[in-house]
Formats: sequence, C-alpha cells, structure tokens
Amino acid sequence: MKKALFSALTLALLYGCASTPVEPEKPAEPSVQTPAAPVAPPLAARPVQPAAPQVDLSKRSVFYEYDKYDIKDEFRPVLQAHGKYLAENRGKKMLIQGNCDERGSREYNIALGQRRAEGVKRMLVLMGATEAQVEPVSLGEEKPRCVDHNEACWWQNRRSDMLYGGEY
Amino acid sequence: MSSRTFAPLLAAILLLAEPARAQLTIEIIGGGAIQIPIAVLPFAGESVLPQSITEIIEQDLSRSGRFRAIFVGGVSPPPTEIAQVSFPEWKSRLADAIVIGQAQRLPDGKLEVRFRLLDVLKQSQIGGIAFTLTAAQTRLTAHKIADFIYEKMTGERGVFSTRIAYIVKQGTRHELRVADADGQNAQSILISPEPIMSPAWAPDGARMAYVSFQNKKPILFVQNLTASKQPAPVANYRGSNSAPAWSPDGKQLAAVLTKDGTSQIYLMSPDGTNLRRLTFSQAIDTEPFFTPDGQSIYFTSDRGGSPQIYRMPASGGEPVRMTFEGDYNVSPRVSPDGKNLAYISRVSGRFQLMAMDLESKQVQTLTDGQRDESPSFAPNGRIILYATDVDNRGVLAAVSSDGRFKQRLGIQAADVREPSWGPFLGN
Repeated sequence: MKKALFSALTLALLYGCASTPVEPEKPAEPSVQTPAAPVAPPLAARPVQPAAPQVDLSKRSVFYEYDKYDIKDEFRPVLQAHGKYLAENRGKKMLIQGNCDERGSREYNIALGQRRAEGVKRMLVLMGATEAQVEPVSLGEEKPRCVDHNEACWWQNRRSDMLYGGEY
Repeated sequence: MSSRTFAPLLAAILLLAEPARAQLTIEIIGGGAIQIPIAVLPFAGESVLPQSITEIIEQDLSRSGRFRAIFVGGVSPPPTEIAQVSFPEWKSRLADAIVIGQAQRLPDGKLEVRFRLLDVLKQSQIGGIAFTLTAAQTRLTAHKIADFIYEKMTGERGVFSTRIAYIVKQGTRHELRVADADGQNAQSILISPEPIMSPAWAPDGARMAYVSFQNKKPILFVQNLTASKQPAPVANYRGSNSAPAWSPDGKQLAAVLTKDGTSQIYLMSPDGTNLRRLTFSQAIDTEPFFTPDGQSIYFTSDRGGSPQIYRMPASGGEPVRMTFEGDYNVSPRVSPDGKNLAYISRVSGRFQLMAMDLESKQVQTLTDGQRDESPSFAPNGRIILYATDVDNRGVLAAVSSDGRFKQRLGIQAADVREPSWGPFLGN
C-alpha cells in the first residue's frame, strides 16, 4: 500500500515537474526521522537549509534512454541538490536503485541497472557526498513501476531512484 | 531383471515442502522428424497404483518428440510375459517395440512394478526392471521406466526423472518452484513478496543457488533443498550480488559482484568463502557459465561496445570473443557435451534463442519469439528449456536442440520464468 502510494506520489511529482525542473518553493526534507513510515513520501515540506535551495529534494529519479546509462543534463540540478544535502548531512545514507525496462536478459539488466545507479553515485560524490554515504544497487527489470509492454511504460522503468535511510 | 529401490535423498526431495498450487500444463507445438513407434500396453493390475503408470510412461515418451505411441486397444488381458505376446499382431500395427508389465501390492504393503521392453521384429526382450516403491513414488517410477526405454531405444540417457526449477510470479507473490521434468509434482522452495531470480542447480541436485531481493537489493543464496528454512546469504556485498553458476564438480560458484565497481565475475566456495576476482575490466562482465569440463567460463560482456559472449579460462585470463553477428548476444549456456552454445540474440528488436556449433561456429536460430530468454539445457543436451511470452504472459517453452520439436509449459493466470533444468541424479 505504502509503496504504491509512494510510487504514485513520486510519479505525480514527476509529471507535475516535467516542464519545470527547478521549483522555487516547497523544498522537502528527506523523511529520515520517521522510522515508522519507511517509505513515506516527504509530505511535510520544510526548508532543508535557510538559504532557500533552488531544487526540490523530493525529486528522486533519473531517467534514461534504452540501453543507455549516461545522465542527461536535465537531471544534473537534482543530483547537485542531493549531493549537496549529503555533503552537509554526513549522517545521512542513501540507497540508489537502478532499474531497466523488461527487454533483454534479466542478469544483463541487473548489470545495466547497476551501471545506472553507479553513475548517479559518482555524480553525487562529485557534488560532495562520500562513498560511504551512497550505495548503488540494481533491481534490473525485476521491480517495474509500470507493467505494460510498450514505450509509454518502458521509459518510466529505465530509472534510478534515490532513497534515503529509513525509506527502504 | 535387476531390482532397485530409491535412494533416500530422492525421497527426501519429493517430500519437501508443500505441493505448489497450480501445476504446469504442457502443450506440444511441433513434431520431430523421426519418431520410434512404440506400444505401451496397460500394466496388469496397475489399478493398485494411485495413477495409471502406463499413461505417464506413454506421455513421457511422446513428449520427448522421439517416440510415437501406437494404439493399444483391443488387447485383453494385457500380456505380462514374453510368451503371451502376439508379435505378428504388433508388427501389423507397425510397432517397433512394445512395453508390457504388471503392478502388485507386496505382503509388506509396499508396491512392486515390473516391466519388459520387447523388440517386435526380433521377438525378444531388450530389457526390464522390477521396482519396489511406495504409492507416492508412482510418478517417479513411471519416469524411470520411460528413461530406461528412451535410453535403450535412442542410445541416449532419458531426462524424464530429472527435475526443473523455475520462478512463478503471481501479483506480488514470487515463488521458486521445483517440479518433475514434465511439470507435474511441483513444490515450493521459497515464497517471497520480493523478486527471486537466477535459480541454478548444483551438480549434486541437492542444492540450489538463487538471487533474492528480500533486502531491497540482489543478494545471493545457496539453499539445501532438503532444508526447510532459508539459509544465510553466500554473497551480500555492497552493491549487487547475482548471476550464480556452479562449477561442474560443485566445489566452486561463479557469481557477479559490484563491490569493486562495475559488474565483475568472481569465484567463491559455495559457502561464500575463498572469494577471488576473475575479470578485471571497466565493462559489464556477467552471466558466467562453466563448460562441462570445468576448464573455461563463458560470459556476457559489453567490453567491445555492445553485449557479446566471451570465453575465458576458469582460472581467469584473456577472454576470447565468441559472437560477432548483431549487437546484443547474451545468456550463454554450453551444452552438456560441450559442443554447442545456446544463447539469446536480439534480431530486429526480437529476442530469440540461437545455437552455435562451437567447432564450425555455425549459428542456427531455434525460436521465433519476441521475448525468448533464460535458456537451460536438459542434462542429455536434447532439449533446451527457455522462457517466453504468450499473450503478454510468461510461460516456459522447450525446443529440441535441432529446433524441430517444440512445446510450451504454462500456468493459468501467472507468469512463469527463468527455468533451470536439474542434473541427472544418481541411480
């Protein structure tokens, strides 16, 4: 239930933000202080830092082209924000889950998803996070967000998700 | 006639866990070219058994694609000895061989099944066995008899008494199952709300390696099939742990870890100790598979820019590229005789099963599906089991290694995937 809700909200956020990658208001803090709700979306919007951040930390996903793992420019501000947040909060941990669409070998997709997650990790480390804070893992094609067999679904499944400690 | 009883191990595996809910059903799609005509006569007294043993034998033989069942009606009472057989009658019905037998309850309450395989032209006995069994071993006994007939008539070992493993997904329920090679008698090995993947039989048939996502990432387990609870992980390193493959002697496990960066191949003992890295690339190296002599490992790598199949010494070392056609060749599996390589190739956006003759490097397309994946050779090398899609539902399919004979195994309202064919077992 909670997971479905989380996915739906993440999706809603994504669609809502599609044309405006930089949201001025309502930066949300990763919900790490609520162990009772491990996958609760960051609904309680509070500024992470007083100096008004430019990017909403509730954005947690990076999307990819088929068979690719390079990070498109549009996702850099999001990764920058999370990298900065991790740099300023050394106690925070993050799990990065790389995902693939259903096409191709399941094990090869584990490796491809790992590469996607690894790419996100590298970017976060460049932005100030430490290696110890972020663990890149792969879900391959095993946990599709969307289960139809067409591109309308596949693009959503070619994705890396950033989850803070307590959310997974 | 020799007499046999079953090893305790087999019985233990059969008794394990609860029976799985829905059974696989088999649908035969194509036919083989040369089929041996055989008549399996009803065994005298087989009503003491819980199932018709002759029916199971006949189905096994027909489904192999190597036999054609001859009509056996109008023979009463069924002969139990060679002297009672009217060979001209079976010659006129165009049978090359006939099977006769009987079943009875022994004084100690156990059951006995004995059968004879007869050559119609020579009017002589090819062989026969007497089995002592419990009622629960009826199917297994039928498969053993079918194996005997198959081997005598084709010169190759039969695989009817071997077992297969596969994953069933129904909603959010993931299940690792083991069943007879005909899909019957399925048992749950593991049930999880999170995905399970890459089941791999140990060569002893008593252990299975698999990948579980129960901790929100891929972790590698080796489970003893006679134990009822899930074991401790054998590889749970930072990052992902997947793609297990057993060495033919069962003493080593190859797997893919990402603890040092990208997906790389490592070797370890089946308990996870003695870990050592085998590949050292910046690329993806995954899907290791040992050759039957244990000397080499085939694997998938994108080191050349696209995923292709490579071979390297099992101790590590310089890989040799094996596939050159197309830009997506994955999931290498070497045949049990070491002569053929089955793999999946993307051809015009479709994923199809290919077979390469390793000596001539000739490649044959075996299937024409959209999403064929996860090939697994039968231990006699005659059949390749794989996963495919029918109406957007995952089913298992089998194709003879020459591509001629095809069949499908599916479960209503569930996705079946990632088949792994188990080894020959001892007796």
